[in-house]
Amino acid sequence: MSENPIIELTEVRFHWPGRASFAMDVPEFSVAQGESVLLLGESGSGKSTLLSLICGTVLANSGSVRVNGTDLATLSSGARDRFRGEQIGVIFQQFNLLPFGSVMDNVLLPLRFAPERRKRSTDERAEVLRLCNALGLPEGIETSKASSLSVGQQQRVAVARALIGAPPLLIADEPTSSLDETTRDQFLDLLFDQTRAQKASLLMVSHDPRLADRFDRVVFLPDIAHVQRSAA
Amino acid sequence: MILRLAIGSLMARALTVGMTVLAIALSVALFLGVEKVRTGAKASFADTISGTDLIVGARSGSVQLLLYSVFRIGNATNNVTWQSYQDIAARPEVDWIVPISLGDSHRQFRVMGTTTDFFTHYKYRQGRALAFEQGALMDDLFDAVIGADVAATLGYSVDDPIIVAHGLASFTEHKDQPFRVSGILEKTGTPVDRTVIVSMEAIEAIHVDWKSGAQIPGQSTPVDVIRQMDLQPKAITAAFVGVKSPIQTFRLQRAINDYPEEPLLAILPGVALQELWGIVGIAETALLAVSVMVVITALIGMMATIFSSLNERRREMAIFRAMGARPRTILGLLVLEAILTAAVGALLGLGLLYGGLVVAQPMIDSAFGLFLPIDPPGLREGYVILAVVAAGAIVSLIPALRAYRLSLADGMMVRT
Repeated sequence: MSENPIIELTEVRFHWPGRASFAMDVPEFSVAQGESVLLLGESGSGKSTLLSLICGTVLANSGSVRVNGTDLATLSSGARDRFRGEQIGVIFQQFNLLPFGSVMDNVLLPLRFAPERRKRSTDERAEVLRLCNALGLPEGIETSKASSLSVGQQQRVAVARALIGAPPLLIADEPTSSLDETTRDQFLDLLFDQTRAQKASLLMVSHDPRLADRFDRVVFLPDIAHVQRSAA
Repeated sequence: MILRLAIGSLMARALTVGMTVLAIALSVALFLGVEKVRTGAKASFADTISGTDLIVGARSGSVQLLLYSVFRIGNATNNVTWQSYQDIAARPEVDWIVPISLGDSHRQFRVMGTTTDFFTHYKYRQGRALAFEQGALMDDLFDAVIGADVAATLGYSVDDPIIVAHGLASFTEHKDQPFRVSGILEKTGTPVDRTVIVSMEAIEAIHVDWKSGAQIPGQSTPVDVIRQMDLQPKAITAAFVGVKSPIQTFRLQRAINDYPEEPLLAILPGVALQELWGIVGIAETALLAVSVMVVITALIGMMATIFSSLNERRREMAIFRAMGARPRTILGLLVLEAILTAAVGALLGLGLLYGGLVVAQPMIDSAFGLFLPIDPPGLREGYVILAVVAAGAIVSLIPALRAYRLSLADGMMVRT
């Protein structure tokens, strides 16, 4: 089964509906199962668009986007949402958590929308505690409100949330940009440890080349994606 | 968990949500309060007279007859002659008959001449009889029994003298014949509270020196002479009738309406009350409509609050979307929050109403004679709360649909 690449884009063309000024071409891009890839690119180089395509919140106008062997274009929008929930753990740059929810609620949230991921752990709460512990979060943090956590802690909770139920793919969008250097290194160590432990693939988007040596492969966004902007 | 998160989200915006809840609560309390007063007023209206089968008066309209004979509002167009009264009283269907005579006043209160049978047969609030707070029935020709409001407003107690004025808003007083307060009635919440009751003969007595509505100049018959006179009334204003058997009511009514000697009118108090309430009901409907508007305003306020919160919550929606939530789930979440807000508001409103009732009930009863019963919330209140919650859900659909579109466009990336 796992001979399929986790991400495979071929001959993708996309432009935002109603906005002719932006178009993106991705002739070929893929990430293998279990691979960790750093996607480097400046802001405005089409990172968000690429991530939206992979996550299935937008559809390519032509070409195919396959995630874990499934062509996203063949799914209905509701099925795509569910598919995303099942296959992908997402970590944002910041403000990852629902501020009014507890850490426990936040980490458990994706399981609410992904029954397959929920089935993978017999005791969800124990799994949350295990992940928090593995990510070096203080004991007892699961009952704290997300808004009371430091930024570094919030990002780790976001990792726990992305990892719970062991989805095959993790997507991280500049997760370290709001962290200082020490926190960043710790964060990346933990992220890599846990991703490997779950044998998940990791696609991280960043503009920071210093992160490069941790990854299996580094890809420059302009090498795989051609963005055309016409002055409006 | 979604419910817990919705509650958490509401709690995080406690101040604005609290204001919205308060607005809904106040509007619901107002609506239920109006409803309560309305039903209370209607009930007390219907409770003004009971146990009387027919009211007889000169021919006019049934509402008019009811208004002047029971509510002491307006005037009789004509009198009923003593002869007609005697004829009706003699009919076999009649169980009891009480004459009343109106037309004079004391300060702002009407004076009613009647017989002591009035105190036996007049019933209010499902068959309750009049009772004395102080004193007793009139004993002497110049004795008067006053209603609770008369006593309270004018500060009268038993044995105080009162002077009756001729007509309703008149400065011509029947000075020669002062009355004595013989008894004060208990509060009834009916027009009796605002009435001075004297005997039929007393009404005759004070008019001995009067003719065609004016005092005969220079004539002043001494009280002792009056006491010797034959004071049988020549006419009465109206009469309350009880029949021996309810099935005879209509036959008697028809007989009176067809009375050949004089144009008379007999009405069923219940029917006339319904008719009167139909007229008053317009104001009642208007009041109800206004309070419905207030509820709608509060709900629109809630809608505005949801709208203004949408922008700051795009991040929250993006998180839900990234986790695999469908835009539909986000719509559902917003509607759920609105339902919770409206439900808490409506229940709080119900609480406010009962709190208000406990405090205000005795005051309203003594000030307006309107007794508002404190019943446990019934089906009616249940429907109101349900309707408010449903309306809240419907209203919230508008911002929720906007959120739906926003989250569809934003996906998981919020471009800020």
